[in-house]
Amino acid sequence: MKGAILFDSTKCIGCEACVAACKEKNNLPAMIDPKLTAYTWTVVEQRNKAFIRRLCMHCESPTCASVCPVEAFRKEPSGPVIYDASRCIGCRYCIMACPFDVPKYQWDRAVPIVQKCTMCADRIAAGKEPACATVCPTGATIFGDRDQLIGEARARLEAAPKAYVPKIYGLEEVGGTSVLMLSSVPFLSLGIRPDLPLTPLPTLTWKALSKVPDIVVVGGALLYGIWWITHRRIRVQEALDQEAAKQG
Amino acid sequence: MRKDEEAMNSRRWPEMTFWRLVFLVLAATGTVVGVLRFTRGLGATTNLSDQFPWGLWIGFDVLCGVGLAAGGFAITAAVYIFNLKRFSPIIRPTVLTAFLGYVFVILALLFDLGQPHRIWHALVMWNPRSVMFEVAWCVMLYTTVLALEFSPIVFERLNLERPRRIVRAISVPLVIVGVILSTLHQSSLGSLYLIVPEKLHPLWYSPLLPVFFFVSAIAAGLAMVIVESALCQRAFNHHLKMDLLEPLGRAMVVVLSVYGILRLQDLARRGALFGLRRPGYEGSMFLLEMGLGVLLPIILLAIPRVRARQPGLVTGAFLAILGFVMHRLNVSVTGMERAAGVAYFPSWMEIALSLALVAAGFAMFGLAVRYLPIFPEAPHRASGVEAPAWLLARPASMVAGGSPEPPGQPSAPAGME
Repeated sequence: MKGAILFDSTKCIGCEACVAACKEKNNLPAMIDPKLTAYTWTVVEQRNKAFIRRLCMHCESPTCASVCPVEAFRKEPSGPVIYDASRCIGCRYCIMACPFDVPKYQWDRAVPIVQKCTMCADRIAAGKEPACATVCPTGATIFGDRDQLIGEARARLEAAPKAYVPKIYGLEEVGGTSVLMLSSVPFLSLGIRPDLPLTPLPTLTWKALSKVPDIVVVGGALLYGIWWITHRRIRVQEALDQEAAKQG
Repeated sequence: MRKDEEAMNSRRWPEMTFWRLVFLVLAATGTVVGVLRFTRGLGATTNLSDQFPWGLWIGFDVLCGVGLAAGGFAITAAVYIFNLKRFSPIIRPTVLTAFLGYVFVILALLFDLGQPHRIWHALVMWNPRSVMFEVAWCVMLYTTVLALEFSPIVFERLNLERPRRIVRAISVPLVIVGVILSTLHQSSLGSLYLIVPEKLHPLWYSPLLPVFFFVSAIAAGLAMVIVESALCQRAFNHHLKMDLLEPLGRAMVVVLSVYGILRLQDLARRGALFGLRRPGYEGSMFLLEMGLGVLLPIILLAIPRVRARQPGLVTGAFLAILGFVMHRLNVSVTGMERAAGVAYFPSWMEIALSLALVAAGFAMFGLAVRYLPIFPEAPHRASGVEAPAWLLARPASMVAGGSPEPPGQPSAPAGME
């Protein structure tokens, strides 16, 4: 199954059990960060009289995986986008490029790595659920197959249309994400950008990169052709001079 | 005079001048900062953050360093492919500048990367869909090409005839490969920013970013040839070859005009000119960049009487370089700040390291000119029995009466041979 997480803001009471469980499961330092950092992989923010979780969105077509020069990020078929610290060279393009500003850096370390939520990929592989989904007391965070969760989200929107903003965030944004969100208030008021393109961001750079072979072939041929033309004139002139010298 | 010469010969230490002092201070500070960066990490030495992961070392050292070395591919293409042989005398200093420029970029990267000892990973861990991967490979390959283009100068100095002839034999394919790599590489630095349409300010974001970066790099490369010639004239007392540099100034008018029209037309088509009316400093930065860095040099260099005189030509070129640097910094810093939610300014350590690297580049250039046959009309003095020039060094301007005029240019251009 394609693992995904559904976060329903209307059910969230802000207890932050998910934050604590994430820290414990990943052996992260116990510091309290108001925003995501290299040592806090999920946070709960209170905005506009509602609670919103921030975590890696585990995109279907992850920008981080596309931009990383050494392929340190990978989208697993089981859902999570995972990071291989052993490949990372620290260029920080992923941090710069992620539309959700998720990857964070260990700025305090002499040998730093990128850190972000892993959707507990190892727990998923063992047939369990991510730590946050396991401990959530209200079911605000649940884990399941992406298509089934989309169905569940649609059902909730239909059953109580006045309780929700009619949008499943993550359904289509940047090509769709494996973290889906429902909310009773506009997503912008929760600090979530509603204006992200619906096409995956990697298509933008692919448009430029796919032209590289053409530039190499056509450019090479063109430059060689120009060289040939400009130097042919010299050779012709030399031949003519030789002819003139012979006759003269 | 006899006593003077004896005093000079017996001096053991190079004389301290203002610029040498500046260099020493920068080198010392840079070394300290470098050590701090590797022992304490990026957070302790830079003002970079999760909100602003790329700062001066990327925006200036990498983006500008690469672009300013673009003169290399422009001049080598002009001479070897377009057969404009009269530019041959400026090939050697231009290739030297380009090579040092790329070395400077790689050194800067070694400080900026979080784990620079893993820089070789891109050789074996591939992600062809990543623009950064393409940038990494193009930098590596093009630096190799530049090293090869530069090598005949070293071989000539070391009297290694066979290697020199081997490299000379492949000079045309090398230049072609160099132009292609440079094209790909200059433009792909712009492509890096294609992936952040929601973050980069509309005054700078465009699907044409790779084209903008490439065209502006050509203009900057030509401008660098002019400014560098002027600096060499002051430092080594060469005469400025106005007959070669003035056509470059004319070419710059064309390239800058194409660039300016491309930018404006792109902004108009995307309806992004409203960005000028939005509150904030982005509008002012944009006007400064385009006005001071594009429009003004076009005007100056388009006037034949301004362009034909050295002050006018050099001023025009300098403004173009300023505009180029402003563009790169506007794309990487100014245009990204609003979305990042933080205002970024480099720490003194970031500035110190960048300045130290620039100073090292200047110093290497000076050393190369003294020890290698870079300038055809001022033969290096390092061969022969006298002590190396820098040991006896005294800036030409300080010697009473000035140094003798350099001999006239030889009839055969030096080029890469």
